[in-house]
Amino acid sequence: MSIDRRQFLAVGGAVAASAALAPGLRLVALAEARDPDQAVTSLQRWGILVDTTRCAEGCSACVTACNKENGLEQNVRLDIRPQWIRTVTLRDEQTGYVQTLPMMCQHCEEPPCADVCPTGASFRRADGIVLVDRHICIGCRYCMMACPYKARSFVDENLTDQRANVPRGKGTVEACTMCVHRVDEGRIPACVEACNYDGGKAMTFGDMKDPASEIAKRLATEQSEEIRPDLNLDTGVRYQGL
Amino acid sequence: MKLKLGAWITAIVVVAAFFAAAYALSGGPSEPVPSPLTGVYLGKGTKCVAPVAVMRRYHMQFLLHQRNLTVHEGIRTKRFLLTNCVDCHADPKTNSVLGKHGFCASCHEYAAVQIDCFSCHSPHPERVTAASVMTLAPEHSRLAEMVKATALAQIQSDPVDGPK
Repeated sequence: MSIDRRQFLAVGGAVAASAALAPGLRLVALAEARDPDQAVTSLQRWGILVDTTRCAEGCSACVTACNKENGLEQNVRLDIRPQWIRTVTLRDEQTGYVQTLPMMCQHCEEPPCADVCPTGASFRRADGIVLVDRHICIGCRYCMMACPYKARSFVDENLTDQRANVPRGKGTVEACTMCVHRVDEGRIPACVEACNYDGGKAMTFGDMKDPASEIAKRLATEQSEEIRPDLNLDTGVRYQGL
Repeated sequence: MKLKLGAWITAIVVVAAFFAAAYALSGGPSEPVPSPLTGVYLGKGTKCVAPVAVMRRYHMQFLLHQRNLTVHEGIRTKRFLLTNCVDCHADPKTNSVLGKHGFCASCHEYAAVQIDCFSCHSPHPERVTAASVMTLAPEHSRLAEMVKATALAQIQSDPVDGPK
């Protein structure tokens, strides 16, 4: 293979141009591609933005996807079945306007569940995901009482057939993990994926601290709000159109 | 007190008869100590993530250490990840590390050490499949492309036997 002078100059120019870019400056953000041996840092904060105007009444794509992804569809009594995400329907009594929204752990910056946990099992990961370390959870359920969003569930019965990436067991409290096992491998939460695939494309997931991410751009340019902003929890799940 | 020779002989005979009877009732020479690993599927790979003697002695510390790293810091290196252990050591017949000949259960049963790992964790292997990666939404094209590439690279670079 031979290259003529013009091609040689073009290739040489491209190499020179890329070398001229300062080391450390990356043209493509690699925010999601964290190595598995790197600890999460507070340089990221994962969040979900929900556009409730696109959240159709009767749609439960996110709930179904969550149940499937996390293996919540266990053969347990309906009244004690854990619920990590649920749809909430609001009706304006004066106008009759009905709107639906998904409600789950809001992944607070200042989580009340972690404040009250006597063992340190409820905690907020450095990248903003609020989790229960079920190895040290004693099942006291203080966090369930402290959570203003009723986001947590208790597992009352022995479970079998858990998903390999989602360990769950009797006697511990659990809630939405923002699909931490998927986020850690660079994927998006199951609810967001399903909403954009089968649902109304109402949910956006991303790093709220990465100015290049869609969620950060939209949070910066569009109106959005927390639920119960009076509690000053600085939630990671934000809503539009409430 | 001094016993007579006859009494001594009687006593010895009685004691000998007792042991002979015990020996006969026990079924002859005693069985060798059973090996906990008889009939157990050992794993897919040719060697474990650490020398066998080290794993036998310290696997619980490795798992405990890894568990804290994984849950609290999101570090999911595969070497001591429980899912990685299960992926390799699950018996293909039962698809599990539990059960009579299960890799974990057989030894723990033998040693009478109860493990509660698998009351929460799955004893069955479960791999990321290409199909589960493909269902990403077009809306997230930037993320989706990156995610798909990452996941596919992971699947390709990560044959099922795992340990590295």
